[in-house]
Amino acid sequence: MTDAAATPGRSRGVRQVVGDYFKATEIDLRLFGMVVALAVIILGFGFVTDGRFLDPVNMLTLAVQGASVAILATGMVLVIVSRNIDLSVGSVVGVVGMVYAVLMHEIYPTTIGADTSYGWLLALAVGIALGAFIGAFQGYIIAYIGVPSFIVTLGGLLAFRGVVFYISGGSTQAPDDKQFVVLGGGPQGSIGGTASWIVGLVMVAAAIGLLYYNRRERRRFGFPLRPIWADALIGTVSSLVVLGAVYVANSYHWPAGLATQYAQAHGITEPPGGLQIESGIPWPVLIVIGVTVAMWFLATRRRFGRYVFAIGGNPDAAELGGINTRWTILKVYILMGILAAISAAIASARLNGATLDLGQGYELYVIAAAVIGGTSFAGGIGTIPGAVLGALVMYSLKYGLAYEGLNSPGQDIVAGAVLIIAVGADTINRRRGS
Amino acid sequence: MAVQAAPTGTKTPLVAMNHINVAFGGVHAVQDVSIDLFPGEVVGLVGGNGAGKSTLMRVLSGAHRADSGEILINGEPVVIANPRDAKVYNIETIYQTLALADNIDAPANMFLGRELTTRWGTLDDSGMEKATRTVMGRLNPNFKGFKKPVKSLSGGQRQAVAIARAVHFNARILIMDEPTAALGPAETAQVRNLIRQLKNEGIGIFLVSHDIHDVYDLAERVSVMYHGRIVDTVNKADVDMDDILGMIILGKKSGEVSKNELEKLL
Repeated sequence: MTDAAATPGRSRGVRQVVGDYFKATEIDLRLFGMVVALAVIILGFGFVTDGRFLDPVNMLTLAVQGASVAILATGMVLVIVSRNIDLSVGSVVGVVGMVYAVLMHEIYPTTIGADTSYGWLLALAVGIALGAFIGAFQGYIIAYIGVPSFIVTLGGLLAFRGVVFYISGGSTQAPDDKQFVVLGGGPQGSIGGTASWIVGLVMVAAAIGLLYYNRRERRRFGFPLRPIWADALIGTVSSLVVLGAVYVANSYHWPAGLATQYAQAHGITEPPGGLQIESGIPWPVLIVIGVTVAMWFLATRRRFGRYVFAIGGNPDAAELGGINTRWTILKVYILMGILAAISAAIASARLNGATLDLGQGYELYVIAAAVIGGTSFAGGIGTIPGAVLGALVMYSLKYGLAYEGLNSPGQDIVAGAVLIIAVGADTINRRRGS
Repeated sequence: MAVQAAPTGTKTPLVAMNHINVAFGGVHAVQDVSIDLFPGEVVGLVGGNGAGKSTLMRVLSGAHRADSGEILINGEPVVIANPRDAKVYNIETIYQTLALADNIDAPANMFLGRELTTRWGTLDDSGMEKATRTVMGRLNPNFKGFKKPVKSLSGGQRQAVAIARAVHFNARILIMDEPTAALGPAETAQVRNLIRQLKNEGIGIFLVSHDIHDVYDLAERVSVMYHGRIVDTVNKADVDMDDILGMIILGKKSGEVSKNELEKLL
C-alpha cells in the first residue's frame, strides 16, 4: 500500500472495499482477467456484427476450431513450467494423425474391415501409444542424456514432419472411419440436447460438490473459511455459465438437409417446418473439458504435478528434496505425446482424413495459448485452465477477424500482437506486484 | 588425526565421518577429514572460502558422494548415496541457498518430496497445512502466509520454513549451512534461539558458518578447515575467538601460531 498518499482518500476507500471483497473470493486475478478479456472479445465482435457473430453456430465452430490447440496447451503448461519447451507438438500431431488415416483408410479394409464398431477405438489406442512413445523418446534424450529441450524438439519438429511424408506415401489420406469422424464435431459429432443437459447438470453438481468439500475440509482442520457469500457467488456464477453454454449449444439445430436425411433414414415423418434436432455439445468440446479436468487434477492434486512445479521453481531444491527430477521430466513429455495423439484425433476427424500439413504451426499457437494463459517462461508458474482460456481467447480473435473478412495473414499479425501485448501487460503487472 | 572427545564424556557419536576424501578433477576439496558429532551438541565448522566445509557437509547430506572414507551413524557404517538416503538416517540439511522452491507455498515446501496423500493418492493439502501450522506455532508463532508462494516471505520466514522441515521430520542430525547469512539482526537472533532450542531437544547440529560470533556463541566444539583439511578440533572452553580466527586464516593449530603472527592479523 505504498501508493496510499498518492490516491485521494475517497476513491481509494471505494477501490479498497471492492478489492477486499474480491480478495475474499480468493479468485485468481489473472484467470478472472482472461475471462473478462474473452467476454469482451466475443461481445465486441457481436456488437460490430449486429449480433450475428453471437449466433450459436459461430460459438460452436469457434470452440471446435480451438479444441486441438487447447488440448495441447494443457500439456505445454507443464512442459514450460518445468523449464522446458516442446516445439515438436505440431509435427507429432501430423504423424499420429497420418497414422490414424492410413490405418483406417488403407489397412483396415484389408484386415479387420472398414467401418467396424471397434475400429475407431483401436486406431485411437494405437495413436495414443505412438504419441506416448514419441514423447518418451524425446523426453529420454532431454531428461537423461541432457540435450536441451529446445534442440531436441526442434529436431523433432523437422524430423517428424518428414516422417509424415513417408507414412502417407506422399499424399492426403482420406476418409477416416465413420465412427472416428464423430470426434471431429459438427452436427453429427455432437452429443445431442438431452445428453448436453445431463453433462451440464453433472458439471454444476461437481462444482458445487467441490466447493462444499473444500469448505468442509477447511472447517475440519480449523482453517479460516472463505465467507459463505463468496462460495455462494462462485457456485451461482459458474453454474450459470455452464448451463448458459449448454443452452447456446442446444439452440443450434441440425441443418434442414441433414435433418431430412436423418428422418428418412430412421423412418420418421418430418413435422411441418422440418425436424428440429438439437445439436448440443460437440464431442471435441467435451474432450477438451475432460482433458482440462484431468490435467488440472494431475497438476494440482497429485504429487507428479507438485514435482513439476517444484522443479520449475528451483531444480536444486527439488533434487535435494529427494524428487526424481529426470523421471518427472520424462513423464511430462510422455503426457505431452498422449495429448498430441488426442489432439490429432480431433484434427484428423474434423478433416475426415489427414493432409501432409496436419498440425503444421500448432506449436506456435500452443505456446502462445499457454503464455497468454499466464504461463511464465522462467518456469514454475502456470495454470491449466489459464492455458485453455488462452487458446479460446486466441481462437475467438482469429475466428472473429475471419468473420469480419480479414484474411489469414492479417489474423496472424493480430495474433502475434496480442501475444506480445498479453505478456507485456502481465510483466508490468508482476513488476508492480513485487 | 586425533579427534578430541566431546565434553560430555565418551558415548557413541551420533555421526562419525572418518578419512573422507573428495576431489573435483585435480582439486582436493576435502582431504582425509575426520569429524564427529554427539547428541545435543553443536559442532561449529569454520574456515575460509573454499576450505571444504560445504563440500564435507554435502557428503553427509547425500548431495555429493565421497571418493573414499566412511560414515558411521550411531556407530554403524552407512552408505549415503543421495538425499533420500540421508533422510532415512534422520539427517536434515538447511542449505545456504535455502533450497526452497520459491513458487510454491510453505506447506508444499516443507513436505517437498515427502508429501502427505489421502487414501485416494491425492495430495492432502489440508493435512500438510495443519502440520505446518503446528510446527510453525512452535518455531515462529508470528508466521503467516501459509498459502502464499514462499517467494513473498521475508528471509527469516523462509529460513523458518527450511528449519520447520527439519524439525517436522524428526531430524536427529541437523546440518545448517550458513543459516543466518541472508538474515537481518532480529531474524538472526531468532534462528540462534531456535538452534539452542533444538540442541536442548538432543539434536546434534553441524553449524557451518563464516560468522565466528555465531559459532562461538552456539557451539561446544569448533572444527577449523583450511584448504580441504581439518586444522584442529577444539573445545570452545579452551580457546578464545582470536585463536579460532588465527586457525582459520593461517591454517595452523592455536599453539603453533606465534604471538607475532596473531598480532599482525589483528
